[in-house]
Amino acid sequence: MHNFELVKPTTVEEAVAALQGDDAQPLSGGQTLIPTMKQRLAGSEQLVSLTGIASMQGVTISGSTITIGGATTHATVSAEVAATYPALSALAGRIGDPAVRNRGTIGGSVANNDPAACYPSAVLASGATVVTNSREIAADDFFQGMFATDLEEGEIITAVRFPVPEKASYQKFEQPASRFSLVGVFVAKFADGVRVAVTGAGEDGVFRWAEAEAALSANFSAAAVEALDLPSEALITDLHGTAEYRAHLIKVLTKRGVNEAV
Amino acid sequence: MPKDSGIGASSKRREDVRFLTGVGNYTDDINMHGQTYAYFLRSEVAHGKINNLDIADASAMPGVLKIFTADDLTAAGGVPCGWQVTDRFGNPMQEPKHPILAEGKVRHVGDPIACVVAETLEQARDAAEAIELDIEELEAVIDMKAALNDGATKVHDDLDNNLCYDWGFVEENRDAVDEAIKNAHHVTTLELTNNRLVPNPMEPRVAIGDYSRGKDEYTLYTTSQNPHVIRLLMGAFVLSIPEHKLRVVAPDVGGGFGSKIYHYAEEAMVTFASKVVNRPVKWTCSRSEAFVSDAHGRDHVTKIELAMDENHMFTAVRTETYANMGAYLSTFAPSIPTWLHGTLMAGNYKTPLVYVNVKAVFTNTVPVDAYRGAGRPEATYQLERVVDKAARELGVDPAELRRKNFIKPEEFPYQTPVAVVYDTGNYHATLDKGLEMVDYANFDKRVAESKARGKLRGLGIAHFIEACGIAPSNLVGQLGARAGLYESATVRVNATGGLVVMTGSHSHGQGHETSFAQVVADMIGIDENMVEIVHGDTNNAPMGMGTYGSRSIAVGGSAMVRATEKIIAKAKKVASHLLEASEGDIELKDGAFSVAGTDKSITWGEVCLAAYVPHNYPLEDLEPGLEETAFYDPSNFTYPSGAYICEVEVDEETGKVDILGFTAADDFGNVINPMIVEGQVHGGVAQGIGQAMLENTVYDENGQLLTGSYMDYAMPRAADVPNFSVDHSCVTPCTHNPLGVKGCGEAGAIGSPPAVVNAVIDALHRGGHTHVEHIDMPVSPARVWAAINNK
Ligand SMILES: Cc1cc2nc3c(=O)[nH]c(=O)nc-3n(C[C@H](O)[C@H](O)[C@H](O)COP(=O)(O)OP(=O)(O)OC[C@H]3O[C@@H](n4cnc5c(N)ncnc54)[C@H](O)[C@@H]3O)c2cc1C
Repeated sequence: MHNFELVKPTTVEEAVAALQGDDAQPLSGGQTLIPTMKQRLAGSEQLVSLTGIASMQGVTISGSTITIGGATTHATVSAEVAATYPALSALAGRIGDPAVRNRGTIGGSVANNDPAACYPSAVLASGATVVTNSREIAADDFFQGMFATDLEEGEIITAVRFPVPEKASYQKFEQPASRFSLVGVFVAKFADGVRVAVTGAGEDGVFRWAEAEAALSANFSAAAVEALDLPSEALITDLHGTAEYRAHLIKVLTKRGVNEAV
Repeated sequence: MPKDSGIGASSKRREDVRFLTGVGNYTDDINMHGQTYAYFLRSEVAHGKINNLDIADASAMPGVLKIFTADDLTAAGGVPCGWQVTDRFGNPMQEPKHPILAEGKVRHVGDPIACVVAETLEQARDAAEAIELDIEELEAVIDMKAALNDGATKVHDDLDNNLCYDWGFVEENRDAVDEAIKNAHHVTTLELTNNRLVPNPMEPRVAIGDYSRGKDEYTLYTTSQNPHVIRLLMGAFVLSIPEHKLRVVAPDVGGGFGSKIYHYAEEAMVTFASKVVNRPVKWTCSRSEAFVSDAHGRDHVTKIELAMDENHMFTAVRTETYANMGAYLSTFAPSIPTWLHGTLMAGNYKTPLVYVNVKAVFTNTVPVDAYRGAGRPEATYQLERVVDKAARELGVDPAELRRKNFIKPEEFPYQTPVAVVYDTGNYHATLDKGLEMVDYANFDKRVAESKARGKLRGLGIAHFIEACGIAPSNLVGQLGARAGLYESATVRVNATGGLVVMTGSHSHGQGHETSFAQVVADMIGIDENMVEIVHGDTNNAPMGMGTYGSRSIAVGGSAMVRATEKIIAKAKKVASHLLEASEGDIELKDGAFSVAGTDKSITWGEVCLAAYVPHNYPLEDLEPGLEETAFYDPSNFTYPSGAYICEVEVDEETGKVDILGFTAADDFGNVINPMIVEGQVHGGVAQGIGQAMLENTVYDENGQLLTGSYMDYAMPRAADVPNFSVDHSCVTPCTHNPLGVKGCGEAGAIGSPPAVVNAVIDALHRGGHTHVEHIDMPVSPARVWAAINNK
């Protein structure tokens, strides 16, 4: 690890100001950033810690909207939304191990947009809104490809706002080594339709499966998915699975998600 | 009746107190006054020519004491290989030089090029980044068969080609085996890969070199399974330091699995550097670095044929294996696919004719050497897979086909057609025990239960044999070993009766400090806590060969028994003097010497005190003191065996395999500590399941390691293994060592991979996927799905 300065602001404004400096970067749970810094693959001269900002912590539930502070840990999310949004709770509760869940945060995960991360599928399938220090971004506009998002330099995710669906399910098929998703499918059924988001599989990161959404919006049953075939173009092939296998898993997991949605 | 102390008791592991409370003393826990830090600049390409290596600017960086390159090491030898294999034409293997630091060429990703020694590790890393390095990348040789093509790029320019050796065993049987296969009633053929593994002990390697200018002596602290072997290899062959000027200490070591047997370049480098910079030099391997610098395991590509007559009796086995050596020959690498592999190809069976051909190949990958089981898992895997396939082809019960071909209990000692003689065994007993434990008779019911849940259930059997205790020195010498393979022990009795046993065996997780003490205490009849086991320091223990090949209790334990016998014999002389009785009448029982047929007796402690305070002592006939050393060289290997049975459920839709049960019925001969033995089996099976289901080392065609971290290299975790059912009640004691023990350290890793794969194939066949004949390990979901769907 190279040397760096650590700043610990207590408000979003201070954090935004600190990020104006040359070569400054937000640090949240550090579960992604710190390992890459240790390997000297990443690093900035100044890290701006977000975890001491009170307004970015915690979960607020109001009616059918859940607002999660950007620096809220996976463990906290899992515990707090268990009754209101069980699928999201289950997702957060299966990220990594207890150490990761008690340090890693939703803002860090969504900002990082790892193609195999779990949260992006929930954000996209829920049609959630990413709230930053300067604006609100619809999930459909936020994710821009592997490790790429609509965030600008120095922009901070302060919260993520989820509308709660009627029922939903996250089906995670683990990559055997990393235990991230080899394929993860998030199915969310709302009054006005169904959204299906897929992580782990797309060469451009998380994506929506439009055909499945249409079919399920008309008939929310596994049978509706049965007839569909997801082409394997634009899906990842790596040593843990071919694009063809991933395409197959997406379908299997979508059906399971429909059957198990709560 | 379970005993509560001594031989046969499940005494709690005394060493665990320090391991579990964080007060162990591992090499990285050692920090010396004035210590400096070493960091290795390693190759990022698999094969390349070093056009420029300029350390001038880097050497001027803050904190840098010295940057070493090959130019500094011209007086040092290469890292030696400890075993010479002779090929089937009578020629010695091709043996390239293995320099400590690259000499003009790099030959695998991770090959060390320079060593920076600085005040802090971060300074050393900064300086390494500032070294100017220009490498011209050359074509990498990765695929073993392609490496042997005419005109293939050579890993070593000064060798004829990439073939280390072409070995045949038993060469005289070659034609007879061909003939038997040609004339067989049925031949089952299988091609398979034994996947390359990265050893991943919990503790990465660490080495500290410490030169004393005052005494002109070196000390090397290192994570080793055999400190004496390191002293011999490094002192004699690399740095020309006489053994009396070199001390090697291997303190607590956090697992080895073979990977800490070998002498590594980093050990020689820090030892050498400590004299140059005149300060202690410490190197701690990072996990990422371990992936590209610890010797890997396995990596065989094999074709096996099994011939049978009309009664399904095995008539011949023929195998052809390509064994990856990597870029250089690690310490024992040449012996693994040959003597530790070929000699086991008869398995538990009476197959009269066996021919094993092994082509060892150099590639631009990390060196490959022994990994838990070493050669024997490779033999067992192919044999137990092909027997399973044969049973399916013949339409017979796989247990029955095995039973029919087993060597019968009354046929021991049994001369195999592959040189070794099995002293004892009862394979029918272990197989029957295993089948009883899994309720084999009712397996079909469980298949139906799984089916009702939409899952395919399968059961896989493997019956393994291994050769442990490695082994008679004169024999291994004939086979090319450049070392003896005895073991040593010194038993030192203190004046007040406590004992210290200094053993050449090394414990790095096995629990020797407990089980060895049990043996000595039992022989004398005293409390186990009166015996302390000391190991891991060449200044304490007599010359010993260390721990691998499940040899510690069989060879090291036997040396300790012999030394203790000498102690008891001498103590009896002292007792006979004190009791004024003839020596032949003295009996030792429960820590007291008595005169047979009388009530005269004297305690162990009194005799010990007399030996060290010899006021009333036969000084004219007997030296004072009570300390004895013994070296034990066994007359044969030991042959543990057992039935391993795995039950799985396969999710057809995703290809995911769940292991529902794993049963091991072993014959380890006599057992010293059943709890420790059970733990060894648990660990071995977990590693075997890791190999069968998860672990794989993948290089791309340019020699980049794609599985260089836990993000892509899948280690088994607690949730990946079931509760094990373990038994070792079938006992045929070893006939040629004093304890009747056979060894248990590797069994789990040897017997389990074929049991797992056999179970998966069985499940698929029961589910109607009868076209699937084989799936290479790891049987990952993606591979199982691809096999089912013919992808
Ligand atoms: C062993 C292990 C297992 C894991 N398993 C999983 C898994 O199964 N599924 C899964 O989804 N993830 C997994 N993760 C990743 C984990 O969820 C990380 O915590 C997460 O991806 C990053 O969150 P963080 O808070 O640690 O972010 P950090 O590491 O602190 O930051 C990550 C990146 O985001 C930026 N950033 C952080 N917060 C903000 C913000 N509020 N606004 C803007 N930019 C920001 C940082 O500058 C940095 O570039 C695992 C991680 C580990 C170490």
